[in-house]
Amino acid sequence: MHAPAERARRVTIDPGGPLVVEGPVEVALDDGSVERSERPTVAVCTCRRSRRYPWCDTSHRRRSRPPGPAADKDGGGGA
Amino acid sequence: MTARSGLPKPRGPLSQALVGALRHAQDMPPDALSRAASADPYGDDLQLALNILYELHYQGFDGVGDEHEWDPDLLRLRAALEATFLDALRGDVAQSFPASRVDEALSDLLVEPARDDGTSLSHHLAREGTLGQLREHAALRSIYHLKEADPHAWVIPRLRGRAKAGMVAVEYDEYGAGHADQLHQQLFADLMTDLGLDTSYNHYLDAASAEMLAVVNLMSLLGLHRALRGALVGQFATVEVTSSPGSRRLADAMRRTGAGPAAIRFHDEHVEADAVHEQLMRHEVVGGLLAEEPDLEKDVLFGIGATVLLEDRFSAALLAAWREGRSALREPL
Repeated sequence: MHAPAERARRVTIDPGGPLVVEGPVEVALDDGSVERSERPTVAVCTCRRSRRYPWCDTSHRRRSRPPGPAADKDGGGGA
Repeated sequence: MTARSGLPKPRGPLSQALVGALRHAQDMPPDALSRAASADPYGDDLQLALNILYELHYQGFDGVGDEHEWDPDLLRLRAALEATFLDALRGDVAQSFPASRVDEALSDLLVEPARDDGTSLSHHLAREGTLGQLREHAALRSIYHLKEADPHAWVIPRLRGRAKAGMVAVEYDEYGAGHADQLHQQLFADLMTDLGLDTSYNHYLDAASAEMLAVVNLMSLLGLHRALRGALVGQFATVEVTSSPGSRRLADAMRRTGAGPAAIRFHDEHVEADAVHEQLMRHEVVGGLLAEEPDLEKDVLFGIGATVLLEDRFSAALLAAWREGRSALREPL
């Protein structure tokens, strides 16, 4: 189940978005505290706008003037 | 709590005949296939009949024998209903969603409206949704969320390489990463408990609108057909890309109305989880699938367009009912 020790952990950079990294992840914050995520894959915020910092909450996304092309296609769902 | 619900109440001749066939082992009437061909593709009767037939592949119904899942007559009826639904979707998506490239279609979905234009259900709920509206919304969405991620599991054996690994990574998270109490299905049941709703599987099927059934039927349709694997990937990518901001608004709505900690938790979890799932779906699953099978781009686009169309219809029906002071459910809570 475990990745071989010699395999490097890959970090994927989403341009303008988060760093995507295999979890679990610990992020050392400016104030000396450490936040930990147990997710199998973790998206780490780089724009600093996240309300769930240091985890991405998609606050980096571009915004449009209404009527936008993506005015809530989720029907209030989630998956 | 049993896993299975009873058969729902029929809503027309097709669902009437189907419920009769399942409950009393009656033969399907000889005109069932022609009725399926001419039925309203988005209407209650067709959507309920399709939902019942798909349910035979999930948990099934109390009092309905497991052998019905692979009954040739029922499969024939299902194919006729699917053809009517799929034809309508293909025609309407061609009209409403002219995108020709998947990367552009997904980029459009990544743009957040700066303000609500009046058509967004999650903006409405965040701003002024009442606890009663949040309860109706949750009762309707329970038709999906109590089997959240199940329709998408069908696609796994139809994928290869990066697309398969990415899809399984998302599904593993959906299924609680090895912890039954963290299954998203369970987190939704916990939300329903906070809202004073019945958490039994398919409890609200009779209350569910045709628009909600169509949203779930699309997932089952795309998941159960290997030929539609590209569309299933497009469907799931659309949900994951749009979910995180919408979930934040629903978490805000739950906080504002004092709905309870589990109700807030479900949506908070989706803000964070779906920010990750968006990345996996776009880069690994969609990217991996199209690298391997570039001819599927039009199918992925169809899955995106059909999802947008049906979610918009669902949102519009709820907002219209509430603006008129009506319940959005077929039966009151």
